[in-house]
Amino acid sequence: MNVCILSGKGGTGKTTVSVNLAALLKTDYIDCDVEEPNGFLFLKPEKVEKEDVPVDFPVFDKGKCILCGNCANACEFHALANTKKSILLFPELCHGCHACGLVCAPKAISYRQRVVGVIERGEAKGIRCARGVLNVGEHMAVPVIRRLLDTLTPAKHRILDCSPGTSCNVTTTLKHADAAVVITEPTVFGLHDMGLAVELLQKRKIPFGVVINKSGETDRLIEEFCEANSIPLFGRIPFSRNAAQAYSRGELIGELPEMKDAFDRIALNMKEAFAWN
Amino acid sequence: MELTIISGKGGTGKTTVAVALADLNQNAVKADCDVDAPNLYLYYKGEDLEREPFSGSKQAVVDEQLCIGCGVCESVCRFDAITGHTIDPFSCEGCGACAIACPQKAISMVEQHDADVIMTKTDAGMLSRAEMAVGSEGSGKLITLLRKNARATSGVGQWIIADGSPGVGCAVISSVTAADLILIVTEPTLSGLEDFKRVIELSEHFGIPAAVCVNKFDLNTDVTEQIYSYSAEHSVPVVGEIPFDATVPRSINELKPITHYENSAAAKAVRLLWQKLNTLIDSIESEKGRGKGAD
Repeated sequence: MNVCILSGKGGTGKTTVSVNLAALLKTDYIDCDVEEPNGFLFLKPEKVEKEDVPVDFPVFDKGKCILCGNCANACEFHALANTKKSILLFPELCHGCHACGLVCAPKAISYRQRVVGVIERGEAKGIRCARGVLNVGEHMAVPVIRRLLDTLTPAKHRILDCSPGTSCNVTTTLKHADAAVVITEPTVFGLHDMGLAVELLQKRKIPFGVVINKSGETDRLIEEFCEANSIPLFGRIPFSRNAAQAYSRGELIGELPEMKDAFDRIALNMKEAFAWN
Repeated sequence: MELTIISGKGGTGKTTVAVALADLNQNAVKADCDVDAPNLYLYYKGEDLEREPFSGSKQAVVDEQLCIGCGVCESVCRFDAITGHTIDPFSCEGCGACAIACPQKAISMVEQHDADVIMTKTDAGMLSRAEMAVGSEGSGKLITLLRKNARATSGVGQWIIADGSPGVGCAVISSVTAADLILIVTEPTLSGLEDFKRVIELSEHFGIPAAVCVNKFDLNTDVTEQIYSYSAEHSVPVVGEIPFDATVPRSINELKPITHYENSAAAKAVRLLWQKLNTLIDSIESEKGRGKGAD
Protein backbone atom coordinates (compact mmCIF):
# COMPACT_ATOMS: atom_id res chain seq x y z
CA MET A 1 0.00 0.00 0.00
CA ASN A 2 1.24 3.47 -0.93
CA VAL A 3 0.19 6.23 1.44
CA CYS A 4 0.68 9.77 0.11
CA ILE A 5 1.33 12.54 2.60
CA LEU A 6 0.11 15.91 1.35
CA SER A 7 -0.96 19.26 2.71
CA GLY A 8 -1.94 21.99 0.28
CA LYS A 9 0.00 24.59 2.24
CA GLY A 10 3.78 24.27 2.46
CA GLY A 11 5.58 23.84 5.75
CA THR A 12 2.76 22.18 7.70
CA GLY A 13 4.82 19.09 8.49
CA LYS A 14 4.51 16.63 5.57
CA THR A 15 8.13 15.56 5.85
CA THR A 16 8.01 15.41 9.65
CA VAL A 17 5.03 13.05 9.56
CA SER A 18 6.38 11.06 6.60
CA VAL A 19 9.82 10.28 8.02
CA ASN A 20 8.54 9.58 11.52
CA LEU A 21 5.80 7.24 10.25
CA ALA A 22 8.29 5.45 7.98
CA ALA A 23 10.64 4.99 10.95
CA LEU A 24 7.84 3.85 13.25
CA LEU A 25 6.23 1.45 10.78
CA LYS A 26 9.50 0.32 9.14
CA THR A 27 8.23 1.06 5.66
CA ASP A 28 9.93 2.39 2.56
CA TYR A 29 10.18 6.19 2.43
CA ILE A 30 9.88 7.93 -0.96
CA ASP A 31 10.52 11.68 -1.13
CA CYS A 32 8.49 12.95 -4.09
CA ASP A 33 8.98 16.62 -3.20
CA VAL A 34 11.77 16.82 -5.77
CA GLU A 35 11.99 20.62 -5.82
CA GLU A 36 12.91 20.63 -2.14
CA PRO A 37 13.56 17.08 -0.92
CA ASN A 38 14.34 17.17 2.80
CA GLY A 39 13.45 13.72 4.11
CA PHE A 40 17.01 12.37 3.81
CA LEU A 41 18.15 15.04 6.31
CA PHE A 42 16.17 13.18 8.98
CA LEU A 43 16.53 9.53 7.96
CA LYS A 44 20.19 9.92 6.93
CA PRO A 45 20.40 6.91 4.59
CA GLU A 46 23.77 5.36 3.85
CA LYS A 47 25.37 3.92 0.72
CA VAL A 48 23.27 6.20 -1.44
CA GLU A 49 23.29 5.26 -5.12
CA LYS A 50 22.51 7.85 -7.76
CA GLU A 51 20.91 7.60 -11.17
CA ASP A 52 20.45 10.44 -13.64
CA VAL A 53 16.99 11.35 -14.92
CA PRO A 54 17.14 11.98 -18.68
CA VAL A 55 14.56 13.66 -20.89
CA ASP A 56 14.49 13.66 -24.70
CA PHE A 57 14.99 16.78 -26.78
CA PRO A 58 14.99 17.26 -30.55
CA VAL A 59 18.07 17.92 -32.66
CA PHE A 60 17.80 19.15 -36.24
CA ASP A 61 19.65 17.87 -39.29
CA LYS A 62 20.34 21.15 -41.06
CA GLY A 63 20.95 19.32 -44.35
CA LYS A 64 17.41 17.97 -44.29
CA CYS A 65 15.48 20.77 -42.53
CA ILE A 66 13.51 22.92 -44.98
CA LEU A 67 12.51 25.46 -42.28
CA CYS A 68 8.81 24.82 -42.89
CA GLY A 69 8.11 25.50 -39.20
CA ASN A 70 5.64 22.63 -38.80
CA CYS A 71 7.56 21.48 -35.73
CA ALA A 72 7.26 24.89 -34.02
CA ASN A 73 3.55 25.01 -34.84
CA ALA A 74 2.99 21.52 -33.45
CA CYS A 75 4.80 22.21 -30.17
CA GLU A 76 2.16 22.90 -27.53
CA PHE A 77 4.81 24.05 -25.05
CA HIS A 78 6.36 26.83 -27.18
CA ALA A 79 9.74 25.10 -26.90
CA LEU A 80 10.51 25.63 -30.59
CA ALA A 81 10.71 28.81 -32.65
CA ASN A 82 11.28 29.16 -36.39
CA THR A 83 13.63 32.12 -36.90
CA LYS A 84 13.57 31.49 -40.70
CA LYS A 85 17.29 30.85 -40.47
CA SER A 86 17.09 27.94 -38.07
CA ILE A 87 14.79 26.21 -35.62
CA LEU A 88 15.52 27.42 -32.11
CA LEU A 89 14.99 25.09 -29.12
CA PHE A 90 14.26 26.26 -25.57
CA PRO A 91 15.25 23.00 -23.88
CA GLU A 92 13.77 23.76 -20.46
CA LEU A 93 10.29 24.10 -22.00
CA CYS A 94 10.52 20.84 -23.97
CA HIS A 95 8.46 17.96 -22.54
CA GLY A 96 10.17 15.39 -24.79
CA CYS A 97 6.84 14.43 -26.36
CA HIS A 98 8.18 13.89 -29.91
CA ALA A 99 5.23 15.74 -31.52
CA CYS A 100 7.76 17.75 -33.57
CA GLY A 101 9.25 14.59 -35.02
CA LEU A 102 5.81 13.33 -36.02
CA VAL A 103 5.07 16.40 -38.15
CA CYS A 104 8.52 16.77 -39.73
CA ALA A 105 8.05 15.75 -43.38
CA PRO A 106 11.75 15.67 -44.37
CA LYS A 107 12.56 13.62 -41.25
CA ALA A 108 15.14 16.13 -40.10
CA ILE A 109 14.53 15.57 -36.39
CA SER A 110 16.20 13.02 -34.16
CA TYR A 111 16.34 12.95 -30.36
CA ARG A 112 19.04 13.15 -27.73
CA GLN A 113 18.82 13.15 -23.98
CA ARG A 114 19.76 15.63 -21.32
CA VAL A 115 19.77 15.24 -17.54
CA VAL A 116 17.20 17.22 -15.50
CA GLY A 117 17.63 15.61 -12.12
CA VAL A 118 18.75 12.59 -10.18
CA ILE A 119 17.19 9.66 -8.32
CA GLU A 120 18.93 8.62 -5.09
CA ARG A 121 18.37 5.39 -3.19
CA GLY A 122 19.80 4.30 0.12
CA GLU A 123 18.99 2.59 3.39
CA ALA A 124 18.67 3.89 6.94
CA LYS A 125 18.29 1.47 9.85
CA GLY A 126 16.50 -1.07 7.67
CA ILE A 127 14.27 1.53 6.00
CA ARG A 128 14.71 1.83 2.27
CA CYS A 129 14.72 5.45 1.17
CA ALA A 130 14.48 6.98 -2.28
CA ARG A 131 14.15 10.51 -3.51
CA GLY A 132 14.24 12.58 -6.67
CA VAL A 133 16.18 15.84 -6.87
CA LEU A 134 15.35 18.37 -9.59
CA ASN A 135 18.37 20.23 -10.95
CA VAL A 136 18.19 23.92 -10.03
CA GLY A 137 17.18 26.00 -13.05
CA GLU A 138 14.99 23.25 -14.52
CA HIS A 139 11.29 24.09 -14.80
CA MET A 140 9.64 20.69 -14.82
CA ALA A 141 9.66 18.42 -11.80
CA VAL A 142 7.22 15.91 -13.27
CA PRO A 143 9.78 13.86 -15.28
CA VAL A 144 11.84 13.39 -12.09
CA ILE A 145 8.80 12.38 -10.03
CA ARG A 146 7.58 10.04 -12.76
CA ARG A 147 10.99 8.36 -13.01
CA LEU A 148 11.21 8.01 -9.22
CA LEU A 149 7.82 6.31 -9.05
CA ASP A 150 8.32 4.14 -12.13
CA THR A 151 11.51 2.65 -10.70
CA LEU A 152 10.38 1.83 -7.15
CA THR A 153 11.80 -1.25 -5.47
CA PRO A 154 9.00 -3.77 -4.74
CA ALA A 155 7.65 -3.22 -1.22
CA LYS A 156 4.56 -4.07 0.77
CA HIS A 157 4.04 -0.55 2.08
CA ARG A 158 5.45 2.85 1.25
CA ILE A 159 5.13 6.40 2.53
CA LEU A 160 5.15 8.92 -0.34
CA ASP A 161 6.11 12.42 0.79
CA CYS A 162 4.43 14.83 -1.70
CA SER A 163 5.14 18.39 -2.87
CA PRO A 164 3.06 21.21 -1.44
CA GLY A 165 0.13 22.46 -3.49
CA THR A 166 -2.32 20.58 -5.67
CA SER A 167 -0.86 20.93 -9.16
CA CYS A 168 0.98 18.57 -11.52
CA ASN A 169 3.70 17.54 -9.04
CA VAL A 170 1.07 16.28 -6.63
CA THR A 171 -1.29 14.77 -9.21
CA THR A 172 1.63 12.81 -10.70
CA THR A 173 2.39 11.34 -7.27
CA LEU A 174 -1.27 10.60 -6.57
CA LYS A 175 -1.38 8.22 -9.53
CA HIS A 176 0.49 5.82 -7.26
CA ALA A 177 -1.61 6.46 -4.16
CA ASP A 178 -3.80 3.87 -2.48
CA ALA A 179 -4.57 6.20 0.42
CA ALA A 180 -3.51 9.59 1.72
CA VAL A 181 -2.99 11.65 4.85
CA VAL A 182 -3.46 15.42 4.79
CA ILE A 183 -1.23 17.32 7.21
CA THR A 184 -2.55 20.69 8.27
CA GLU A 185 -2.00 23.32 10.93
CA PRO A 186 -4.74 25.03 12.92
CA THR A 187 -4.57 28.39 11.15
CA VAL A 188 -6.84 30.03 8.60
CA PHE A 189 -4.12 29.36 5.99
CA GLY A 190 -3.83 25.71 6.95
CA LEU A 191 -7.60 25.29 6.72
CA HIS A 192 -7.93 27.08 3.39
CA ASP A 193 -5.17 25.13 1.63
CA MET A 194 -6.17 21.85 3.20
CA GLY A 195 -9.58 22.41 1.57
CA LEU A 196 -7.88 22.37 -1.84
CA ALA A 197 -6.03 19.13 -1.04
CA VAL A 198 -9.26 17.55 0.20
CA GLU A 199 -11.08 18.56 -2.98
CA LEU A 200 -8.32 16.94 -5.06
CA LEU A 201 -8.43 13.68 -3.08
CA GLN A 202 -12.23 13.52 -3.29
CA LYS A 203 -12.06 14.10 -7.04
CA ARG A 204 -9.55 11.25 -7.34
CA LYS A 205 -11.58 9.03 -4.96
CA ILE A 206 -8.57 8.34 -2.74
CA PRO A 207 -9.42 7.50 0.90
CA PHE A 208 -7.76 9.85 3.38
CA GLY A 209 -7.60 11.20 6.91
CA VAL A 210 -6.25 14.34 8.53
CA VAL A 211 -3.47 15.08 11.02
CA ILE A 212 -3.26 18.43 12.82
CA ASN A 213 0.33 19.54 13.35
CA LYS A 214 1.31 22.33 15.77
CA SER A 215 -1.94 21.45 17.50
CA GLY A 216 -3.18 23.82 20.19
CA GLU A 217 -5.95 26.23 21.17
CA THR A 218 -7.23 26.83 17.65
CA ASP A 219 -7.77 23.17 16.64
CA ARG A 220 -11.53 23.78 16.39
CA LEU A 221 -10.93 25.44 13.02
CA ILE A 222 -9.86 22.11 11.56
CA GLU A 223 -12.11 19.88 13.66
CA GLU A 224 -15.24 21.69 12.48
CA PHE A 225 -14.21 21.23 8.86
CA CYS A 226 -13.51 17.52 9.38
CA GLU A 227 -16.81 16.97 11.19
CA ALA A 228 -18.81 18.83 8.55
CA ASN A 229 -17.21 16.78 5.77
CA SER A 230 -17.08 13.42 7.61
CA ILE A 231 -13.30 13.26 7.39
CA PRO A 232 -11.51 11.12 10.00
CA LEU A 233 -9.00 12.92 12.21
CA PHE A 234 -6.07 10.52 12.67
CA GLY A 235 -4.39 12.55 15.38
CA ARG A 236 -2.64 15.68 16.52
CA ILE A 237 0.98 16.58 17.00
CA PRO A 238 1.12 19.10 19.83
CA PHE A 239 3.01 22.34 19.32
CA SER A 240 6.28 22.18 21.22
CA ARG A 241 9.26 24.46 20.99
CA ASN A 242 11.44 21.56 22.05
CA ALA A 243 10.20 19.51 19.09
CA ALA A 244 10.65 22.48 16.72
CA GLN A 245 14.26 22.72 17.85
CA ALA A 246 14.83 18.98 17.45
CA TYR A 247 13.35 19.27 13.95
CA SER A 248 15.65 22.19 13.17
CA ARG A 249 18.64 19.93 13.95
CA GLY A 250 17.37 17.19 11.62
CA GLU A 251 16.20 14.83 14.39
CA LEU A 252 13.22 12.45 14.31
CA ILE A 253 10.77 14.13 16.68
CA GLY A 254 8.67 10.96 16.93
CA GLU A 255 11.42 9.60 19.16
CA LEU A 256 10.94 12.38 21.74
CA PRO A 257 9.15 11.03 24.84
CA GLU A 258 6.45 13.74 24.69
CA MET A 259 5.70 12.93 21.04
CA LYS A 260 5.68 9.14 21.10
CA ASP A 261 1.98 8.80 21.97
CA ALA A 262 0.94 11.21 19.24
CA PHE A 263 2.75 9.29 16.49
CA ASP A 264 1.63 5.88 17.83
CA ARG A 265 -1.97 7.08 17.69
CA ILE A 266 -1.63 8.46 14.14
CA ALA A 267 -0.06 5.21 12.96
CA LEU A 268 -2.76 3.12 14.63
CA ASN A 269 -5.67 5.16 13.26
CA MET A 270 -4.16 5.22 9.82
CA LYS A 271 -3.59 1.45 9.73
CA GLU A 272 -7.11 0.83 10.90
CA ALA A 273 -8.73 3.23 8.43
CA PHE A 274 -6.81 1.89 5.44
CA ALA A 275 -6.92 -1.78 6.51
CA TRP A 276 -3.11 -1.77 6.37
CA ASN A 277 -1.61 -4.99 7.69
CA MET B 1 10.12 48.08 -8.67
CA GLU B 2 9.07 44.46 -8.50
CA LEU B 3 9.88 42.45 -5.38
CA THR B 4 9.21 38.71 -5.36
CA ILE B 5 9.15 36.83 -2.08
CA ILE B 6 10.16 33.16 -2.17
CA SER B 7 11.59 30.65 0.30
CA GLY B 8 12.47 27.25 -1.12
CA LYS B 9 10.93 25.46 1.84
CA GLY B 10 7.22 26.02 2.44
CA GLY B 11 5.74 27.58 5.54
CA THR B 12 8.68 29.82 6.44
CA GLY B 13 6.56 32.99 6.47
CA LYS B 14 6.45 34.33 2.89
CA THR B 15 2.84 35.49 3.08
CA THR B 16 3.24 36.95 6.59
CA VAL B 17 6.16 39.04 5.35
CA ALA B 18 4.42 39.97 2.07
CA VAL B 19 1.31 41.22 3.87
CA ALA B 20 3.38 43.16 6.40
CA LEU B 21 5.47 44.83 3.68
CA ALA B 22 2.32 45.66 1.72
CA ASP B 23 0.89 47.23 4.90
CA LEU B 24 3.99 49.41 5.27
CA ASN B 25 3.72 50.38 1.61
CA GLN B 26 -0.01 50.96 1.11
CA ASN B 27 0.60 52.09 -2.42
CA ALA B 28 2.02 48.74 -3.56
CA VAL B 29 0.27 46.50 -6.06
CA LYS B 30 0.13 42.95 -4.79
CA ALA B 31 0.37 39.77 -6.84
CA ASP B 32 -0.39 36.38 -5.32
CA CYS B 33 1.86 34.11 -7.36
CA ASP B 34 1.40 31.15 -5.02
CA VAL B 35 -1.50 30.03 -7.18
CA ASP B 36 -1.49 26.53 -5.68
CA ALA B 37 -2.08 27.77 -2.14
CA PRO B 38 -3.21 31.38 -2.48
CA ASN B 39 -3.51 32.89 0.96
CA LEU B 40 -2.73 36.56 0.38
CA TYR B 41 -6.27 37.50 -0.62
CA LEU B 42 -7.68 36.08 2.62
CA TYR B 43 -6.39 39.26 4.29
CA TYR B 44 -8.27 41.67 2.09
CA LYS B 45 -11.85 42.61 1.58
CA GLY B 46 -12.44 43.87 -1.88
CA GLU B 47 -14.29 43.87 -5.11
CA ASP B 48 -13.27 41.75 -8.10
CA LEU B 49 -13.01 44.25 -10.94
CA GLU B 50 -12.16 41.68 -13.59
CA ARG B 51 -12.45 37.94 -13.78
CA GLU B 52 -11.23 36.14 -16.89
CA PRO B 53 -11.08 32.41 -17.56
CA PHE B 54 -7.55 31.16 -18.19
CA SER B 55 -6.41 28.14 -20.13
CA GLY B 56 -2.80 27.07 -19.87
CA SER B 57 -3.14 23.52 -21.10
CA LYS B 58 -4.96 21.19 -23.45
CA GLN B 59 -6.15 17.65 -23.15
CA ALA B 60 -6.65 14.95 -25.74
CA VAL B 61 -10.24 13.83 -26.28
CA VAL B 62 -11.16 10.82 -28.44
CA ASP B 63 -14.23 10.89 -30.66
CA GLU B 64 -15.54 7.36 -30.22
CA GLN B 65 -17.55 7.61 -33.48
CA LEU B 66 -14.39 8.08 -35.53
CA CYS B 67 -11.99 5.89 -33.53
CA ILE B 68 -11.26 2.48 -35.07
CA GLY B 69 -9.20 1.31 -32.09
CA CYS B 70 -5.96 0.94 -34.08
CA GLY B 71 -3.80 1.86 -31.08
CA VAL B 72 -1.46 4.25 -32.90
CA CYS B 73 -2.19 6.90 -30.25
CA GLU B 74 -1.06 4.58 -27.46
CA SER B 75 2.19 3.79 -29.29
CA VAL B 76 3.18 7.47 -29.71
CA CYS B 77 2.24 8.70 -26.22
CA ARG B 78 5.42 9.23 -24.19
CA PHE B 79 3.51 9.74 -20.93
CA ASP B 80 1.67 6.41 -20.64
CA ALA B 81 -1.57 8.39 -20.73
CA ILE B 82 -3.37 6.13 -23.22
CA THR B 83 -4.49 2.56 -22.69
CA GLY B 84 -6.27 1.04 -25.68
CA HIS B 85 -7.83 4.27 -26.85
CA THR B 86 -8.85 5.62 -23.45
CA ILE B 87 -7.09 8.77 -22.25
CA ASP B 88 -6.11 9.17 -18.60
CA PRO B 89 -6.68 12.89 -17.99
CA PHE B 90 -4.30 12.88 -15.01
CA SER B 91 -1.39 11.63 -17.14
CA CYS B 92 -2.08 13.52 -20.38
CA GLU B 93 0.32 16.46 -20.75
CA GLY B 94 -1.58 17.89 -23.71
CA CYS B 95 1.29 17.57 -26.19
CA GLY B 96 -0.96 16.57 -29.10
CA ALA B 97 1.31 13.79 -30.40
CA CYS B 98 -1.65 11.36 -30.41
CA ALA B 99 -3.83 13.81 -32.35
CA ILE B 100 -1.09 14.21 -34.95
CA ALA B 101 -0.56 10.47 -35.28
CA CYS B 102 -4.23 9.41 -35.37
CA PRO B 103 -4.99 8.21 -38.95
CA GLN B 104 -8.73 8.75 -38.38
CA LYS B 105 -8.37 12.31 -37.01
CA ALA B 106 -10.45 11.06 -34.11
CA ILE B 107 -8.50 12.94 -31.43
CA SER B 108 -8.90 16.63 -30.75
CA MET B 109 -6.99 18.79 -28.29
CA VAL B 110 -9.39 20.61 -26.00
CA GLU B 111 -8.39 23.70 -24.05
CA GLN B 112 -8.83 23.28 -20.29
CA HIS B 113 -10.30 25.85 -17.97
CA ASP B 114 -7.37 25.90 -15.56
CA ALA B 115 -8.09 29.02 -13.57
CA ASP B 116 -9.86 32.33 -13.26
CA VAL B 117 -7.55 35.33 -13.42
CA ILE B 118 -8.80 38.08 -11.14
CA MET B 119 -7.98 41.70 -10.45
CA THR B 120 -9.31 42.67 -7.04
CA LYS B 121 -9.62 46.22 -5.77
CA THR B 122 -9.02 45.93 -2.04
CA ASP B 123 -9.24 48.50 0.72
CA ALA B 124 -5.43 48.54 0.53
CA GLY B 125 -4.70 48.75 -3.20
CA MET B 126 -4.90 46.39 -6.14
CA LEU B 127 -4.38 42.64 -5.94
CA SER B 128 -3.68 40.44 -8.96
CA ARG B 129 -4.60 36.83 -8.20
CA ALA B 130 -6.01 33.59 -9.56
CA GLU B 131 -8.34 30.84 -8.52
CA MET B 132 -7.07 27.55 -9.89
CA ALA B 133 -9.22 24.59 -10.75
CA VAL B 134 -8.07 21.80 -8.46
CA GLY B 135 -5.40 19.57 -9.97
CA SER B 136 -4.98 21.67 -13.09
CA GLU B 137 -1.78 22.52 -14.92
CA GLY B 138 -0.16 25.51 -16.50
CA SER B 139 0.72 27.42 -13.35
CA GLY B 140 3.91 28.85 -14.91
CA LYS B 141 2.03 30.65 -17.68
CA LEU B 142 -0.63 31.68 -15.21
CA ILE B 143 1.92 33.32 -12.92
CA THR B 144 3.50 35.19 -15.83
CA LEU B 145 0.05 36.59 -16.61
CA LEU B 146 -0.62 37.60 -12.99
CA ARG B 147 2.64 39.57 -12.93
CA LYS B 148 1.86 41.16 -16.28
CA ASN B 149 -1.55 42.26 -14.97
CA ALA B 150 0.06 43.67 -11.82
CA ARG B 151 2.55 45.65 -13.89
CA ALA B 152 -0.23 46.96 -16.14
CA THR B 153 -2.11 48.37 -13.16
CA SER B 154 0.94 49.86 -11.41
CA GLY B 155 2.13 53.40 -12.01
CA VAL B 156 5.60 54.94 -12.11
CA GLY B 157 7.52 54.39 -8.88
CA GLN B 158 4.86 52.07 -7.52
CA TRP B 159 6.06 48.82 -5.99
CA ILE B 160 4.81 45.39 -6.95
CA ILE B 161 5.00 42.88 -4.12
CA ALA B 162 4.67 39.31 -5.42
CA ASP B 163 4.09 36.45 -2.99
CA GLY B 164 5.72 33.37 -4.52
CA SER B 165 5.38 29.64 -4.00
CA PRO B 166 7.66 27.09 -2.35
CA GLY B 167 10.14 25.09 -4.42
CA VAL B 168 12.46 25.95 -7.30
CA GLY B 169 10.47 24.68 -10.30
CA CYS B 170 8.32 26.30 -12.96
CA ALA B 171 6.03 28.21 -10.58
CA VAL B 172 8.98 29.83 -8.81
CA ILE B 173 10.95 30.48 -12.00
CA SER B 174 7.90 32.19 -13.52
CA SER B 175 7.51 34.39 -10.46
CA VAL B 176 11.15 35.57 -10.32
CA THR B 177 12.29 36.03 -13.93
CA ALA B 178 12.99 39.71 -14.60
CA ALA B 179 12.01 40.72 -11.06
CA ASP B 180 14.12 43.55 -9.61
CA LEU B 181 14.78 41.80 -6.33
CA ILE B 182 14.11 38.42 -4.72
CA LEU B 183 13.47 38.45 -1.00
CA ILE B 184 14.14 35.00 0.42
CA VAL B 185 12.32 34.26 3.67
CA THR B 186 13.94 31.29 5.35
CA GLU B 187 14.07 29.63 8.77
CA PRO B 188 16.98 28.21 10.75
CA THR B 189 16.24 24.52 10.32
CA LEU B 190 18.35 22.05 8.32
CA SER B 191 15.47 21.79 5.82
CA GLY B 192 15.23 25.56 5.59
CA LEU B 193 18.98 25.87 5.06
CA GLU B 194 19.10 23.14 2.40
CA ASP B 195 16.27 24.74 0.43
CA PHE B 196 17.70 28.23 0.96
CA LYS B 197 20.91 27.13 -0.77
CA ARG B 198 18.88 25.87 -3.74
CA VAL B 199 17.04 29.20 -4.00
CA ILE B 200 20.33 31.14 -3.92
CA GLU B 201 21.57 28.88 -6.72
CA LEU B 202 18.38 29.70 -8.63
CA SER B 203 18.84 33.46 -8.20
CA GLU B 204 22.43 33.13 -9.42
CA HIS B 205 21.35 30.95 -12.34
CA PHE B 206 18.94 33.63 -13.54
CA GLY B 207 21.11 36.56 -12.46
CA ILE B 208 18.50 38.20 -10.22
CA PRO B 209 19.66 40.07 -7.10
CA ALA B 210 18.54 38.48 -3.83
CA ALA B 211 18.32 39.45 -0.16
CA VAL B 212 17.48 37.26 2.81
CA CYS B 213 15.25 37.52 5.87
CA VAL B 214 15.55 34.83 8.56
CA ASN B 215 12.24 34.11 10.26
CA LYS B 216 12.21 32.55 13.77
CA PHE B 217 15.97 33.28 13.77
CA ASP B 218 16.25 32.44 17.48
CA LEU B 219 14.92 28.88 17.05
CA ASN B 220 18.36 27.50 16.26
CA THR B 221 21.14 30.09 16.31
CA ASP B 222 23.73 27.61 14.97
CA VAL B 223 21.76 27.19 11.75
CA THR B 224 21.05 30.95 11.63
CA GLU B 225 24.82 31.50 11.68
CA GLN B 226 25.20 29.01 8.82
CA ILE B 227 22.59 30.95 6.83
CA TYR B 228 24.48 34.20 7.48
CA SER B 229 27.85 32.82 6.45
CA TYR B 230 26.38 31.18 3.33
CA SER B 231 24.75 34.53 2.47
CA ALA B 232 28.06 36.35 2.95
CA GLU B 233 29.89 33.86 0.71
CA HIS B 234 27.34 34.50 -2.02
CA SER B 235 27.20 38.29 -1.46
CA VAL B 236 23.52 38.13 -0.53
CA PRO B 237 22.66 40.82 2.05
CA VAL B 238 20.76 39.86 5.20
CA VAL B 239 18.00 42.46 5.49
CA GLY B 240 15.95 41.05 8.32
CA GLU B 241 15.72 38.69 11.25
CA ILE B 242 12.36 38.03 12.85
CA PRO B 243 12.22 36.34 16.26
CA PHE B 244 9.94 33.46 17.13
CA ASP B 245 6.74 35.20 18.25
CA ALA B 246 3.38 33.64 19.12
CA THR B 247 1.73 36.84 17.86
CA VAL B 248 2.41 35.66 14.29
CA PRO B 249 0.01 32.66 14.24
CA ARG B 250 -2.50 34.84 16.12
CA SER B 251 -2.22 37.54 13.44
CA ILE B 252 -2.84 34.92 10.74
CA ASN B 253 -5.97 33.68 12.46
CA GLU B 254 -7.20 37.24 12.96
CA LEU B 255 -6.26 37.98 9.33
CA LYS B 256 -4.42 41.16 10.17
CA PRO B 257 -0.89 42.11 9.11
CA ILE B 258 1.63 41.49 11.90
CA THR B 259 2.45 45.21 11.71
CA HIS B 260 -0.94 45.90 13.35
CA TYR B 261 0.38 44.35 16.57
CA GLU B 262 2.70 47.29 17.00
CA ASN B 263 4.48 46.26 20.14
CA SER B 264 5.06 42.66 19.18
CA ALA B 265 8.67 41.61 18.66
CA ALA B 266 7.83 40.39 15.15
CA ALA B 267 6.28 43.74 14.13
CA LYS B 268 9.35 45.62 15.32
CA ALA B 269 11.59 43.27 13.36
CA VAL B 270 9.46 43.68 10.23
CA ARG B 271 9.70 47.47 10.43
CA LEU B 272 13.48 47.14 10.59
CA LEU B 273 13.34 44.78 7.60
CA TRP B 274 11.31 47.39 5.74
CA GLN B 275 13.95 50.08 6.39
CA LYS B 276 16.84 47.91 5.28
CA LEU B 277 14.95 46.74 2.24
CA ASN B 278 14.30 50.36 1.22
CA THR B 279 17.98 51.25 1.56
CA LEU B 280 18.89 48.22 -0.55
CA ILE B 281 16.30 49.00 -3.21
CA ASP B 282 17.41 52.65 -3.36
CA SER B 283 20.94 51.49 -4.07
CA ILE B 284 19.76 48.97 -6.71
CA GLU B 285 17.68 51.67 -8.42
CA SER B 286 20.40 54.32 -8.31
CA GLU B 287 22.81 51.77 -9.82
CA LYS B 288 20.27 51.11 -12.57
CA GLY B 289 19.92 54.88 -13.07
CA ARG B 290 23.69 55.18 -13.43
CA GLY B 291 23.66 52.29 -15.89
CA LYS B 292 21.09 54.15 -17.97
CA GLY B 293 23.08 57.39 -17.77
CA ALA B 294 26.11 55.62 -19.19
CA ASP B 295 24.18 54.31 -22.22
